[in-house]
Amino acid sequence: MKLIKTLTGDRDIALLVGQVLRTGVITASAIAFVGGVLYLAKHGADSLPDYSTFTGEGKEYTTFGGIFRGLTTFRPSAVIQFGALILLATPILRVFFSLIGFAVEKDRMYVVITLLVLGIILFSMFGGLKV
Amino acid sequence: MNILIFSLILLAGAYVAGLLGSLTGLGGGVVVIPLLTLVFHVDIRYAIGAALLASIANSSGAASAYIKEGITNVRLGMFLEIATTLGAVGGALIAVFTPTNTIAILFGVVLIFSALMTVRKKHEHALQEGSRLSYVLKLNGSYPTPQGEVPYKLQNIGGGFSIMLLAGVLSGLLGIGSGALKVLAMDGAMKIPFKVSTTTSNFMIGVTAAASAVVYLQRGYIDPGIAFPVVLGVLGGAFTGARLLTVMNPKTLRYIFCVAISFVALEMIYNGLHHQF
Repeated sequence: MKLIKTLTGDRDIALLVGQVLRTGVITASAIAFVGGVLYLAKHGADSLPDYSTFTGEGKEYTTFGGIFRGLTTFRPSAVIQFGALILLATPILRVFFSLIGFAVEKDRMYVVITLLVLGIILFSMFGGLKV
Repeated sequence: MNILIFSLILLAGAYVAGLLGSLTGLGGGVVVIPLLTLVFHVDIRYAIGAALLASIANSSGAASAYIKEGITNVRLGMFLEIATTLGAVGGALIAVFTPTNTIAILFGVVLIFSALMTVRKKHEHALQEGSRLSYVLKLNGSYPTPQGEVPYKLQNIGGGFSIMLLAGVLSGLLGIGSGALKVLAMDGAMKIPFKVSTTTSNFMIGVTAAASAVVYLQRGYIDPGIAFPVVLGVLGGAFTGARLLTVMNPKTLRYIFCVAISFVALEMIYNGLHHQF
């Protein structure tokens, strides 16, 4: 009986995790698509920037603040970049949902393991690794 | 060339890359890097940024389907993600100090290795006796087959974990999912059934790629103009590929593609050695 209970619990988490992943990808690609269409409508006829030399993106595309500011003025590139942000957030959100799942199951060992993974990702996000 | 034409050609190219990546099992992100650098002469750093995004999209999209079927070992994936995310962050850090030509050469070598891995013999083993650690960490499981649920147990967890660390470093350094190394760790070292290895590896790629992609985004590697055709194209190609795989067994096709991709990899190495990046 106990075995069956843990199995169904696992299955529920798994399905929830699958749902998070699917929704995230669909949302992100829909936003990137809209941004792409806007971008082509506005800049389609412009000549191509020189992608063969790396200059890096400016603050408007590399920080939360910058992307959101661009979003409020409907700048096409910012919309695309927002889609990229959603895409990046999807697996991170997945880890977060796994954490909740393990906590509900009272699987302490896997709560710690999941927290560790989440910690590493958050460290790379905010740990000043920009260089 | 104006932006519209560039975007449309890139979209079509990324679609083919996604299709190839799906049919060979290499992943679309890997195929899109040589496409961007060798064909479009895009700097490898922009290529890495776009490829990472494509890998996340690919992995997350496919993983949701596999999880539903109950093949993915979620606990195992979670445990090994400690190694891959740690490696990925480290790899993204090393990348700053690594010359782009070295990255291109390394990429070529990993690509050839990955192509070899996809055409090698597959073992559908299911161990009856696992190592002590596999019980402690609750990593043993079962997966559905046409003959019913098959239980399996794991061995050599330490060895598998170490290979995963390396897979993470390469993933962060080169901007790829390094699925081949992940499968090597699970299938080769820990003796997990092949189907479980590939789906769990795929499940992990998204998190691994995200760990380094947040670093790359902040460093300005992700250009919106390159990112949107690549992500949408690769995703579309992978979707078509997954559909095709249910109606055909592309064994011969896989060999041909893997040989072709090895030549592309050789060109990456050659150009890298001649400082073309």
